[in-house]
Amino acid sequence: MDEGLRSELQKQGVFTTTLEELYNWGRKNSLWPLGFGLACCAIEMIAASMSRWDLARFGAEVFRPSPRQADLMIVAGTVTKKMAPQVVRLYNQMGEPKYVIAMGACAISGGPFKQGYNVLKGIDRYIPVDVHIPGCPPRPEALLHAFMTLQQKIDEEQLTGAKRRRHLDAEAPSEFPVPQYGEHDLVPANNPDVWKVPKVTRG
Amino acid sequence: MESLEQIKTRIEAAISGAKLEIIRNGSPSAQHSLLVDNEHALAVAMFLRDDTALRLDYASNVTGVDWPDAELTEKIKVKKVVDGVEKEVEEIKKTKRPGCLEAVYHLYSMELKRGPLILRLRTQNRADKAHLPSLTPVWRGTEFQEREIYDLYGIVFDGHPDLRRILMWEGFKDHPMRKDYVEPDDYEYEPTPHDEVLEKSKQHHPAETKA
Repeated sequence: MDEGLRSELQKQGVFTTTLEELYNWGRKNSLWPLGFGLACCAIEMIAASMSRWDLARFGAEVFRPSPRQADLMIVAGTVTKKMAPQVVRLYNQMGEPKYVIAMGACAISGGPFKQGYNVLKGIDRYIPVDVHIPGCPPRPEALLHAFMTLQQKIDEEQLTGAKRRRHLDAEAPSEFPVPQYGEHDLVPANNPDVWKVPKVTRG
Repeated sequence: MESLEQIKTRIEAAISGAKLEIIRNGSPSAQHSLLVDNEHALAVAMFLRDDTALRLDYASNVTGVDWPDAELTEKIKVKKVVDGVEKEVEEIKKTKRPGCLEAVYHLYSMELKRGPLILRLRTQNRADKAHLPSLTPVWRGTEFQEREIYDLYGIVFDGHPDLRRILMWEGFKDHPMRKDYVEPDDYEYEPTPHDEVLEKSKQHHPAETKA
């Protein structure tokens, strides 16, 4: 819609919008996170939801106990290899559209446990992550920033066209394979559809 | 508390056939420990718990130790006749130490506010005879710690009420805390590798780490 016409109409007390804007506005301001934490980052996440940082300002105060009612998964903490299949299963059980924030050094890369035998080197090996937060643990402000980044991302989403969100694309997957417990490691060790071994280039 | 020697003599008097050995700790902490043979371990543990002078009623910590097969070298001075003259010559003596797995119990007395007494149990080897008697019937609190040792070191505790893996999943084959554990090869780039990580980095990015 033409911006000039819109402001003219607004002066007359007629507000217009597009369905896309309305849709994105509604969704970005009612992101309900799944109430689950894995390690110390969860404490910061809880702090962010309490009165001092007040996540409710962003419409996200309702931590849902069931993945069926949640829009956002905050992977807050160390994902051990034993826990990884359950995290992926919870993600699969969430209804579309769904988003993931990987919070803290462990969730994004394995963090200080990267060289260990029992910690997954980043949850983005199995599920697509929208926002990564570094830090050990990140301050609640960092989580709020990630939240605003995600809201910005949602605001820019399109309902149609090639750049439309996954759930509007019949071809795109909404569930991701759950890794199995193997004899020495998780099988498969990563999902090549969402994650590839990063190439090292040094300038 | 009595000295370890006194305790040892008293145990030997109370339990016939018990083979005990005091393992010296040369460090400033001087925490000497008591090595017990596997057949009498349960009886010795019972004695330590129930004896009125000791009353070691609390096992605060149980841990595993892996001793791989090793070749020990010692320098000893030997008197030898060289060119008709007796001389002291240094010789290197090599001894082979067969590997074993060890469980270490730290025992305290809540009743008498004393401790610790350190108890060691050793398996016969690291492969097929990695069995030890479980002391969970004596100290209930050691159940999870023995499960952890079973999980990470592979010591099988006979007489344990519920011996399953506790940290890794069912079906996991390895014992990650053993010295010869080979972890899955999933090295990822690190900007400042060092020590073991540097070795891995050299294997995965040989051109990178040359300089």
